[in-house]
Amino acid sequence: MGKIQLQGVRKVFGQVTVIPGVDLTVDDGSFVVFVGPSGCGKSTLLRLIAGLEDVSGGHIFIDGRDVAGLPAAQRGLSMVFQSYALYPHMTVRGNIGFGLKMAGTPKAEIARKVEAAAATLNLTPYLERKPGQLSGGQRQRVAIGRAIVREPKAFLFDEPLSNLDAALRVQMRLEISRLQKDLGTTAIYVTHDQVEAMTMADRIVVLNQGNVEQVGSPIELYERPNSLFVAGFIGSPQMNFLKGAYAAAHGAPTIGVRPEHMRAARGGEGWKGVVAVAEHLGSDTFLHVDLAEGGIVTARVIGELGLSAGDAVVLSPDPARIYRFDADGKAVAK
Amino acid sequence: MSTRQTRTAGRLLVAPSVVLLFVWMIVPLVMTLYFSTLRYSLLDPGSEVYVGLENYRYFLTDPAFFASLVNTLVLVGSVLAISIVGGIFFALLLDQPVWGLPIIRLMVIAPFFVMPTVSALIWKNLFMHPVSGLFAWIARSFGFTPVDWFAEMPLFAIIVIVAWQWLPFATLILLTALQSLDGEQKEAAEMDGAGPVSTFIWIVLPHLARPITVVILIETIFLLTVFAEILVTTGGGPGLQTTNIAFLVYAQALLQYDVGGASAGGIVAVVLANIVAFFLVRLIGKNLEA
Repeated sequence: MGKIQLQGVRKVFGQVTVIPGVDLTVDDGSFVVFVGPSGCGKSTLLRLIAGLEDVSGGHIFIDGRDVAGLPAAQRGLSMVFQSYALYPHMTVRGNIGFGLKMAGTPKAEIARKVEAAAATLNLTPYLERKPGQLSGGQRQRVAIGRAIVREPKAFLFDEPLSNLDAALRVQMRLEISRLQKDLGTTAIYVTHDQVEAMTMADRIVVLNQGNVEQVGSPIELYERPNSLFVAGFIGSPQMNFLKGAYAAAHGAPTIGVRPEHMRAARGGEGWKGVVAVAEHLGSDTFLHVDLAEGGIVTARVIGELGLSAGDAVVLSPDPARIYRFDADGKAVAK
Repeated sequence: MSTRQTRTAGRLLVAPSVVLLFVWMIVPLVMTLYFSTLRYSLLDPGSEVYVGLENYRYFLTDPAFFASLVNTLVLVGSVLAISIVGGIFFALLLDQPVWGLPIIRLMVIAPFFVMPTVSALIWKNLFMHPVSGLFAWIARSFGFTPVDWFAEMPLFAIIVIVAWQWLPFATLILLTALQSLDGEQKEAAEMDGAGPVSTFIWIVLPHLARPITVVILIETIFLLTVFAEILVTTGGGPGLQTTNIAFLVYAQALLQYDVGGASAGGIVAVVLANIVAFFLVRLIGKNLEA
C-alpha cells in the first residue's frame, strides 16, 4: 500500500517561496514522474515527501496518515539519490542491508533479503565489493537495491540516471520501469528529462516555479497540453510557437504546431519559407525553416525529401493539430 | 616527462636540491653518531677519547632512561587520546550552521599559533599557579584547597598544556574532513532509519578514519620531542616525573656537559622514534592505502 496525498504543501526558504502550495494525489502502485526545468521545485517537493525537508505549511498523507511532522525514517519511504550516496566503506552487502540493520532485523533475515534483492538486480557476484570497485550502472543498481530491500510504501527517485551515459540510461530506464511494475510499489520519480518522463510514467506532473502546471498521462499531456509551458516542455523536438499573422489566421495570439504535425513540400499552399538547416537522421529529417513572415520552425519529415539548406519549402500544418493559446499562455479550446 | 631528454633534464634540475637535502640530513646524523662514541665533556674540551659503545651502555642503564621512556609514552598517548576525542567533538560542533563561524573557527585554531614557551608560561602563571592562578581562585571560591599542579600532578599538568596546543590542530583537520562528507550520504542514512548516534558510528567515523590516521602520525612525530613546555614549567621535575627522552638528552648535554652521552641518547631517541613509527604505520597505515 502506498497512496500519497499532498494538501496545500508549501515550502519557503527565508524570503523565497519555492513551493507556493501543491495539491496532488499519487495512487497506490502508480509510477508518477515530476518533471520540469531546473529550479522548478521538483526536487524540493520530493524531499518534502521524503521528510528530508520540513514543510512550511500543508499536509502530506501516506495511506491516510498525516506524516508531515514525522522524521524521514518513520515514513516508510526509500529514496534513490542522484549521486547514489552509497556508503563508501561498506561492501555492497553492507550498503543494501544497512536500513534493515538499523531497524534491528535479525542477521539471518538481513542476509536472506539482501541476497534476494541482489539476485533481482544481478548484483550477486558483487556482494562483497566496495562501491569504489563498481561501475556507474552497478552503483546505480546498488542504490536501487538499498531502496527495494526495505519493502517501502513508495520509492522516491531523485534524477537517478543523470550521471549515466546515454546507452546505460536507456537500459536502466527500462529496468527501473520493469522492477516497479513487478513489485507494484508506488514510485515518484524526479527528472528534468522529458523523454524519461514520457517513457516511464503512468502519470506526469509538470511543475513550473513550484506550481503544478498539469497532471496527466504522457499521451494526455502530449495531445492536450493546457498551457504554453506544458506544450513546450513535452515532446521532442519542441513544439513550434508562432505569433503574428500566422496566429491571427487561427484567431489566437499564439499558436503551436508540433514538428511531426507538419508536412513539407516543394510547392503548393501553406507557410512559405527557406530551409536554414536540414538534419538528416536517415529515418527522419528535421528541417529548420526560416518562414517568410518571420520566425523559425522545425518540421519533422519522414524519410528523405532531398531538401537541403537554402531550398525553398512550403509547410502545411495539420489543421486538427494546431494548438491555440491566449495571451496568458493558457490553451484555448478548439 | 615522457621523452628521454625531458627525463634527463628533469633529473639534472632536481639534483641540486636533492643533494642539498641529503647533505643537510646526513651530516648532523653522522656527526651525532661520531660524538656518541667519544668521551666528550664540555668541562674538559680537547681531551676527546674514543670509548666505543660505552656512552650507550651508560645511557641505557641509567634509571632515568626508563623513567623518561615511560613518561614519553604516557605523554604522547594521553595527548593523542585527548586531541582525537576532543577534536572529533569540537569538529562536530563546528560543523553545525552557527552564526559567525569564520571567527569561531579562527579562535579555535588560535592556540596552535601560540609558541610552546609562551603557552606554557601562560598556563604556569595565569592558570595553574597555586597562589595567583585562575584554577586556584576557582578552588578557593568553592572552599577547596588549591592544587599545586606542578608539584602534585606535574605530568598531568604538562599533558593538559600540550593537549591544549594540539587540540586545535586535530579539530581543524577533522573539521575539514567532516565538511567533505557527502550530504546525500547522511540523508541516505537518515532515510535508512539511522539516528544521530548510528549515523556517527556507521557513516561519520569511518569517513574520519583516514584523517584521524593523519592526525595520529603527525602529532606523534611532534609529541615525541616535546621540550619547551617541560623546560619552562617543571624543568623535568620534581625528580624525574616530567622528564621525557628529549629533555633527558638536553639534561645530559647541557646540565651535565656530557656531549658524548647526549649524542648516544639522541641516537637512542631516533631509534625509539623509528620503532614507534614502524608500529604506527603497521597498525594504522593501511588506512592510508587506496
